[in-house]
Amino acid sequence: MNWLNTAFVLGAAFLAVFWEASFSGVRHLVGAQVDLLPPLMVYAALCTGLTTVALLALCGGLWFDSLSANPLGVTVFPLFAIGLAIYLKRDLILRDQTFAQLVLGMGASAAAPALTLLLLLTMGHTPLLGWGTLWQFVVLTVGGAIATPICFELFGWLERVLVHRPATESSFRPDREIRRGRL
Amino acid sequence: MLKRPHYIALGLVVLLTLVILNLPSQTSARFKLGIGSLFLPLFGLAGSSQQLAGTMGDTVVSRRELLRLNDELRRENQQLRLQAMQAQETASENARLRQLVGWQRQTSWKLKLAKVVLREPANWWRTVQIDLGSRDGLRVNLPVLTTDGLVGRISSVSLTRSQVVLLGDPNCKVSARVENEAHDTGVIGASGPLDTEFVGLGYLSRNANLKPAQNVVTSGEGGIFPPGIPIGKVVDVQAVDFGLRTQARVRLAANLNALEEVWVMFP
Repeated sequence: MNWLNTAFVLGAAFLAVFWEASFSGVRHLVGAQVDLLPPLMVYAALCTGLTTVALLALCGGLWFDSLSANPLGVTVFPLFAIGLAIYLKRDLILRDQTFAQLVLGMGASAAAPALTLLLLLTMGHTPLLGWGTLWQFVVLTVGGAIATPICFELFGWLERVLVHRPATESSFRPDREIRRGRL
Repeated sequence: MLKRPHYIALGLVVLLTLVILNLPSQTSARFKLGIGSLFLPLFGLAGSSQQLAGTMGDTVVSRRELLRLNDELRRENQQLRLQAMQAQETASENARLRQLVGWQRQTSWKLKLAKVVLREPANWWRTVQIDLGSRDGLRVNLPVLTTDGLVGRISSVSLTRSQVVLLGDPNCKVSARVENEAHDTGVIGASGPLDTEFVGLGYLSRNANLKPAQNVVTSGEGGIFPPGIPIGKVVDVQAVDFGLRTQARVRLAANLNALEEVWVMFP
């Protein structure tokens, strides 16, 4: 049921973007808003197909930019680049290990804003940058690292609850059945 | 190694990104509004849940507390009425004097209350979205303020929502005047990424005589912000560019972190 997993990921991305724009408790507390799209991309790259990765980058990026002052589409490519990089190496990654998820989440959460800022600066925009940006990167990185294993747990639980498990092979063999007579 | 499907996916995404990024600004803004309107049901849901929480909160407030608040508000109302009477008197006196001197008559501010519905999800911009749009008569560059002082200006407008670029954002520059004897004028520019309380007041002359706690208001130059809107107070002053210019740090009068409702000013 791959399409269901894709729908879960896209739904989660939609809610994540809305959460980032609506609730600023984390921003007030630590001075930066945590971005949940890179952790979702890590999950999508490790557990779903390339189509889901591309869709997440496209939809998530466009949703994010539509609520932000970013030029529309600027977040799409950084997200996809991260997703593709992880997807290409996913056979070598121990995706079930929490530590691996943590490290990947950390890397993705640091790379996504860095690439986006690079694109913005290349396009001639002047985003708000300074020494405080380093702290914001720390918050984004740590927040993303913490959110990644939670993402895996959440999607694992959703899959267990909502997706049919493949039927296991029974040990019953009809040719070995003992047929009893009348006596 | 990249295989054929990877190349196709990469090519498609890059192509789409380039197409979207190179759209004409009007088309891009329309797309942005269209995509942003997908969140409208969630706005409604968030609004109703807040309202529900408010209603539930109202039921647990005691009658004594309500009476006390009512009494307090009545007193405040009386005080404000007296102040309004005085202000009206001063305004009419001002108008008479202006007529005598031959100055242009001052128009009173027309304001519309708006609710802040969304904040900027990216950390490198400083914007909020409000629940008024073009159907409420809003247009780009209208000043936005709270009762404490200036907040920013409208940067883009859709039918039902508008984006407000806040003070401290690199895209919100305001010509400001310091309320001192010399009436030093400068430009409020960007602040640090973590400084939501402070903004920089730059382009001041090197002879500017600024002192901490002096009020900073809009100068009226630039054509966007009318003169006299409070911005904040000077915190400290320093010489920059080898003493050629002076720069001041201003503590904003409005708390940009706690914006719930703002006023949009119509000229």
